[in-house]
Amino acid sequence: MESKNKELAVAALRNGTVIDHIPSSALFKAVDLLGIEKLGVSVTIGNNLESKRLGHKGIIKVADTEFPPEVLSRIAIIAPSAVINTIRDYEVVKKEPVSLPDEITGLVVCDNPKCVSRNQPIPSRFEVIDRENVALRCHYCEHELRGDAIILK
Amino acid sequence: MPTNADNTNAPRSIVSIADLSKEEILSLIRLAAYFEERPNSKLLDGKVVATLFFEPSTRTRLSFETAVNRLGGRIIGFSDPAATSTSKGETLKDTIKMVANYADLIVMRHYLEGAARYASEITEVPIINAGDGAHQHPSQTMLDLYSIYKTQDRLDDITVTMVGDLKYGRTVHSLLMALSHFRAKFNFVACDELRMPEEFRLFCDRNGIEYHESKDFSPEVIADTDILYMTRVQRERFTDLMEYERVKDLYNLEASMLDAAKDSMRVLHPLPRVNEIAQDVDDSPKAYYFQQAKNGLYARQAMICTALGMDIRI
Repeated sequence: MESKNKELAVAALRNGTVIDHIPSSALFKAVDLLGIEKLGVSVTIGNNLESKRLGHKGIIKVADTEFPPEVLSRIAIIAPSAVINTIRDYEVVKKEPVSLPDEITGLVVCDNPKCVSRNQPIPSRFEVIDRENVALRCHYCEHELRGDAIILK
Repeated sequence: MPTNADNTNAPRSIVSIADLSKEEILSLIRLAAYFEERPNSKLLDGKVVATLFFEPSTRTRLSFETAVNRLGGRIIGFSDPAATSTSKGETLKDTIKMVANYADLIVMRHYLEGAARYASEITEVPIINAGDGAHQHPSQTMLDLYSIYKTQDRLDDITVTMVGDLKYGRTVHSLLMALSHFRAKFNFVACDELRMPEEFRLFCDRNGIEYHESKDFSPEVIADTDILYMTRVQRERFTDLMEYERVKDLYNLEASMLDAAKDSMRVLHPLPRVNEIAQDVDDSPKAYYFQQAKNGLYARQAMICTALGMDIRI
């Protein structure tokens, strides 16, 4: 993984997390979701890199940081193809695809303007009904969200 | 003789028809039949039922309140939120928490979709959803099912033709889901703009439910039908008013269209109707919509006792 990306002319990570195979269109949303802006560590972000799998992809390298699983599972909402690499002492010690949680709370806006979650002071809540194609169902009004209808708060 | 009110079942909220298993639906049907025989009793003696109508619905409220009164319970609540703290900006949570201090059961109607589900998760007091926006209205579905059961003597293997607004009509969606337990077959008759939504067609596919779609409302469609479920095509549902003008009279039922129908076929409608069922249909023995509304009383009595966890041995 690290050796392949040397050609990107970005520094290899000693310790940290590399999030790879992010669709280019979702890269900056992923940056936002991870709260990278607020991290004081060195971060490398690449976009529109060639990818056999996706055509074009984005990649995020964050030094000295390992994200908790609930943060990483958020990435799955916008980038179900993403792969998380955990780096310790220049070695990839863990490489796994992101996976959607069973339930997503407080992260996605229901697209139904009459949903109780949009009109009362309560966090939105969705059940994941299709992991492969990323489909969510509102716990309250039962509207189903897919694709572009999934809007993050 | 039945023994009543042992209170051996756990109280439970009834928010969505999808929360009810086939066995629970059948149990409610049996209980509704029991209450039709004995609508008046003291089963709810000492119980307080709150009816919270955050949007007005006179028909539904009167039916629920009659159900409680005939079972000997007491009612608190409001029929117009303008007179409550909701108009001062009180949250739904605070209103529910407050009322839960006083009532054994809350029957609520709200303009927000999912409001009853939310309410059921913030209080131990059981909630009956009396309609949440365009989402769910399980007591309507129960009275529809009870009406089908009464008129067809069964719920299994019924052919239902749904006509009119199949896109926004929550009653047709809930009935479709409830009948999925009972090997029903469907004809969906609607114009393109009010077609049965994809999620419900997919639901049919997933559950092996046979359905046919048609834009023509013809006597041929009615011929093999057991239940003809009419709905109102509302002008405000159309983005294109020319389209409304074109289709508004295509889905109206007239008495002559019933000539080829089975003798046992019955016409249902959630009411209010406007002109989608001609007045001359009212005199047909196949017209059932007024009795259907009356069945709502018994279906709601059954739901109230079930929500309260009362064990009524029939």
